[in-house]
Amino acid sequence: MDEPVTLSALQHFVFCPRQFALIHVEGVWEDTGQTARGHQSHARAHGGGSEERDGVRTLRALPLVSRLHGLAGIADVVELLPDGSPRPVEYKSGRAKPRLADEVQLCAQALCLEEMFGVSIAQGFIYHVASRKRRDVAFTPELRGAVLETRDGVRALLGSGELPSPAADERCQFCSLFDACEPFAPRDFPAGYDPFDTRLL
Amino acid sequence: MRTLLNTLYVQTQKSYLHLENDNVRVDVEGERKAMLPLHHLDGIVVFGNVLLSPFLIQKLARAHKPVTWLTEWGQFTARTETPVSGNVLLRVAQHACTCDPGRTLAVARYVAAGKLQNQKTTLLRSAREAAEEDAPTLRQAARDINAQVGVLPLAETVDEVRGIEGTAARSYFEVFSLMLRANRDFFWLGERTRRPARDPINAVLNYVYTLLAGECASACQTVGLDPQIGFLHALRPGRQSLALDLMEELRPVIADRAVLTLINRQQLTPRDFTLHEGRTVTLTEDGRRTILRHLQERKGEEVFHSLTGRKTPLGLIPHVQARLLAQHLRGDRPHYPPYLHR
Repeated sequence: MDEPVTLSALQHFVFCPRQFALIHVEGVWEDTGQTARGHQSHARAHGGGSEERDGVRTLRALPLVSRLHGLAGIADVVELLPDGSPRPVEYKSGRAKPRLADEVQLCAQALCLEEMFGVSIAQGFIYHVASRKRRDVAFTPELRGAVLETRDGVRALLGSGELPSPAADERCQFCSLFDACEPFAPRDFPAGYDPFDTRLL
Repeated sequence: MRTLLNTLYVQTQKSYLHLENDNVRVDVEGERKAMLPLHHLDGIVVFGNVLLSPFLIQKLARAHKPVTWLTEWGQFTARTETPVSGNVLLRVAQHACTCDPGRTLAVARYVAAGKLQNQKTTLLRSAREAAEEDAPTLRQAARDINAQVGVLPLAETVDEVRGIEGTAARSYFEVFSLMLRANRDFFWLGERTRRPARDPINAVLNYVYTLLAGECASACQTVGLDPQIGFLHALRPGRQSLALDLMEELRPVIADRAVLTLINRQQLTPRDFTLHEGRTVTLTEDGRRTILRHLQERKGEEVFHSLTGRKTPLGLIPHVQARLLAQHLRGDRPHYPPYLHR
């Protein structure tokens, strides 16, 4: 069996295949203010353990795996409803990102939970730390399909070891790897840049 | 962007560095000399007999902040290897490039071009500030180097590139002392001599180049390049060939310019040197301290990078260049773009 694809890899890949490759192929990682806040807001969630309130048990840092789909990772928070059925909750410190990256990550958690608990899960939640709001995400057939497509994309890119071209679009302003990626820098020499220039200044 | 943090240089002998909460505490003979928050530090460089507590070394390593050990005289001995081991695919690409004579030649030509262009810029800038009788000589040297830039694209082997670079270096160092405007009777430059230096300028250049080579090696390691596998410099056991390659284009800008400034401002004077029997010269501890302080200040100076089109602190230029080289080696860029100083 192939090595399982990690849930965070899925999220990076959906957001931008180049960002994914920079992190998972090139080994680039840069802490920005935003990712540092992310670590902080995850620190509590990843502390592990569980608590119970109004009949809902909250499990933190729950290891997840799906042998069927080849996925693995750790869920920030999984809530167990009074009937014992699980609901994944993903903590996000930033704003909602374009391209459903967070939704795919959440749905992948659900696919793991379904297999581990032997249930079907219709929806989960994304909790935005800044606004303290949670929103519902329905696990539609399209979203489930997107998870598996993304997983295949991740495997193909890891196998090829290539670095995709920069997105150079509205996503880049959300990206913590902007400087390593240099999405808008010319790939070749720009006009006026010539190392063999022999005009004296 | 990787933020420019401070490098802590400790050259006071018998210092003891240890952790106190999240600070580095520096004690000398049991007395507290300094407290520096860890998150302001990029790394620590220690000279000679300086002790670091194991907890400090480990904490720095976990935060990817290397400790570099130099001898009391500034010669590199060791550096902590931090857990990031870099990208294995990048190192394979680097090896493949050194095994390909055509690609190696292309990188070597661009590295040399960057060095020659920056030597030219340094000479012309000094010519503008030089005495009337010296300016024409400096301009002529710049023209000579320019002629070598002109033949670089024609070089067909790395050996030819090295020859061109050597010719340019002779033109450059022949007039180097004309760029000085203070203590000229003391600061003279014979030929380039390394260990030991035979004259004061060589003594300063050797010291500054050692520090710069260390920074270039760190930059290589940070982006995951193997500092030993170079293109312009021949591979030789124990030699950081790639770090030396990266350093070439930065020598005139970072090292030579610093030496000229310190001597011209008379911050570095004959008092900072020890002349030994048998005509060798070393820097005093005070002299080295002056140089370190100046280099550290200059790291924060912002320069315009004509390839990325951005203002970047001078201290980060080795990292930017290492990253651009990595991009070229991994096929993300058709050429390696050297840093051309304005």
